[in-house]
Amino acid sequence: MFHAFLIKYSEIGIKGKNRYLFEDALIEQIKRALARVEGEFTVSKESGRIFALAQGDYDFEGAVDALCRVFGISGICPVVILDDEGLEALGREVNNYITEVYQGKPMTFKILTRRARKSYPVNSMDVNAQIGAMVLFEHPELSVNVVDPEVYIHIEIRNRIYLYSEEIKGLGGLPLGTGGRAMLLLSGGIDSPVAGYMISRRGIGIDAVYFHAPPYTSERAKQKVVDLAKIVSQYTGKMKLHVINFTDIQLAIYDKCPHDELTIIMRRYMMRIAEHLAKEEGDLALITGESIGQVASQTMQSLSCTNAVCSLPVFRPLIAFDKQDIVEISQKIDTYETSILPFEDCCTIFVAKHPVTKPDLLRIEKSETKLEGAIEALVETAIMDHEVLEIDG
Amino acid sequence: MEIYLDNAATTEVYPEVVALMTEIMRNDYGNPSSMHRKGVEAERYLKTAAAQIAAVLKTEEKNIYFTSGGTESNNWALKGAAFANRRAGMHIITTPIEHAAVSEPLRYLEGQGFEITKVPVDCTGTVNPEDIKNAVRGDTILVSVMAVNNEIGSVQPVAEIGHAIKEANPRTLFHVDAIQAFAKLPICPSRDKIDMLSASGHKIHGPKGSGILYIGKGVKIDPLILGGGQQKGYRSGTDNVPGAAGMALAAQMMAGRMQENRDHMMMLRERLIKNLSEMENVVIHGQTLPEGAPHIVNASFCGVRSEVLLHSLEEKEIYVSSGSACSSHKRAGSPTLTACGCSKAEMESSVRFSFCETTRPEDIDQTAEAIGELLPLLRKYSRH
Repeated sequence: MFHAFLIKYSEIGIKGKNRYLFEDALIEQIKRALARVEGEFTVSKESGRIFALAQGDYDFEGAVDALCRVFGISGICPVVILDDEGLEALGREVNNYITEVYQGKPMTFKILTRRARKSYPVNSMDVNAQIGAMVLFEHPELSVNVVDPEVYIHIEIRNRIYLYSEEIKGLGGLPLGTGGRAMLLLSGGIDSPVAGYMISRRGIGIDAVYFHAPPYTSERAKQKVVDLAKIVSQYTGKMKLHVINFTDIQLAIYDKCPHDELTIIMRRYMMRIAEHLAKEEGDLALITGESIGQVASQTMQSLSCTNAVCSLPVFRPLIAFDKQDIVEISQKIDTYETSILPFEDCCTIFVAKHPVTKPDLLRIEKSETKLEGAIEALVETAIMDHEVLEIDG
Repeated sequence: MEIYLDNAATTEVYPEVVALMTEIMRNDYGNPSSMHRKGVEAERYLKTAAAQIAAVLKTEEKNIYFTSGGTESNNWALKGAAFANRRAGMHIITTPIEHAAVSEPLRYLEGQGFEITKVPVDCTGTVNPEDIKNAVRGDTILVSVMAVNNEIGSVQPVAEIGHAIKEANPRTLFHVDAIQAFAKLPICPSRDKIDMLSASGHKIHGPKGSGILYIGKGVKIDPLILGGGQQKGYRSGTDNVPGAAGMALAAQMMAGRMQENRDHMMMLRERLIKNLSEMENVVIHGQTLPEGAPHIVNASFCGVRSEVLLHSLEEKEIYVSSGSACSSHKRAGSPTLTACGCSKAEMESSVRFSFCETTRPEDIDQTAEAIGELLPLLRKYSRH
């Protein structure tokens, strides 16, 4: 029954002179999302509102689903568009609309008319009153409440008349392409895809880097990360996935450094490589899925040791999240099922029984000096030989 | 050159089979259910296929039903026989080492009110026919035992089990999952008192998506898949003519040289076991020579996780399996090795090597040599 969607966005409204940039970016993302939906759509901006109009038949559920994956949308209102055939006819249409959408459910309502076309002969207040009366007459199960109604029936009078009352919650955030790009350290776990999603929600494009350690990690583990990147990119747009072969670096650390420091030193090398790739890509920050205290390498002491090797800002959106909260988001964005597939990633294969939980930066740096002379070439080779996959979910 | 030692997972399709299937798909693509000549031509392939399979099992072609593979055959045999015979009893006997395509349908039947008894195996993964016989009761409607275990290659005494069951209760049906044995070891359902037997095409150099269920005369079984009434109404769905023809040709080719294939693979097995036995901390599972299936060797390389050895060999283009390919993405320990009483360390480090007739002695030597080189390195970098 619906012909269009009114797209609501909240934060863009406050961006002052840059507002049009944000709106244009949002329209771009809406077009991209709807391009994959059955049906033809035109997306346009009209006096501070974005409309996605369907031309002819289209997949309503599919369109809502696609719009629910676009950052920057706060709400999606399915709209019925009517020809202007006078107030009587409008009243009948509103009554039909209420019958179809609410099916005799008792509730309180209020008519909210907006007269964009000022030449319309009846003013907004009178439209409210007259349509309200017609609705009450036809729908005895409804009652008016102008202060706090359960349902607002919106009537927007333009060249044609737009009728809507339902709002489907959008993802919020800012449209992609408004905030630059960042490099996500993507493992096969639950946390890092969520971290990438959360930062991207602020309008930031994502690239990703994955460290694998054949033969200790399998081709399947890598495929799992590619699958995760695909799901994440449904939200975050096209991304480059950099795959680094980390085996030799890991074995060198294992050979030379104290085993309880393996994870920390390994993570420091991951951060160094990620930062190098980020700078090459022009990405402005790193993103990790770390959360304080979740594992030994994520205590505050450990985090400051890994942080010390980076000059770019490191965003850790999950830093104060409980595991359960992260799991809930991963279920919502559909990465959970893939994340829990049991393939070992390179962070767990050499983990010590009792890794340090309060590493001291000076000691770690001292341990790392044992790698000097050999590690530089290994890092360089890892970067030179790395594989880049273009991911577009 | 690549060395493929994962033939228990799947096999390379014979070129003759590919040629036959291509011919059918390109020229004789008719639907056997069609009335016209195209249909009749296609039906002829099916009849030939049934006859070829029947010849391998030394039975009549009317007892052969084509399915989509081993899993469907097992599901059909177990669910179909259980539901058709539930008035006679609700008791089913099996072993703890069955493939998931048997154990999962049985778990489902347990949920439907059937009682499942698992007769234990010894440390070589072999079930004792006497134990089966003792477990059979008046209300036992079905016994399901595999012919060859897919993980460790232990051969079950199916003929003795068949006779033991019928002695204890002539009405009890006997199902054999012969997916790792068909066309590799001699099995004769009528002689061995087998009522239903499952086999798969892709384990014998035939195509994936092909399988058969042998159903003996007078066996009461419900169809699993209903529809257009193909295969006498017992298994509906448009007949997979290329699949059936391909599997049957492969079976005929394999069975024609069964003895020489067995001898060849047994020689390979002896060779690999001998090589591996010389290494430190290696445990060979399953039946000891000369017992056991010729094409499967399972060994634990203690201190090296299976996947790590697998991927290290993969880098040398040697393909093996950690556990059974169908279950390696589940973390739980192998039910077969558990039932054989293996330790956790053995289970975590178990690798399966499986051969086919074209596997060469050099392949075995190269594999053993590669493992010999890898073990010290992999053991050095093992987890704490």
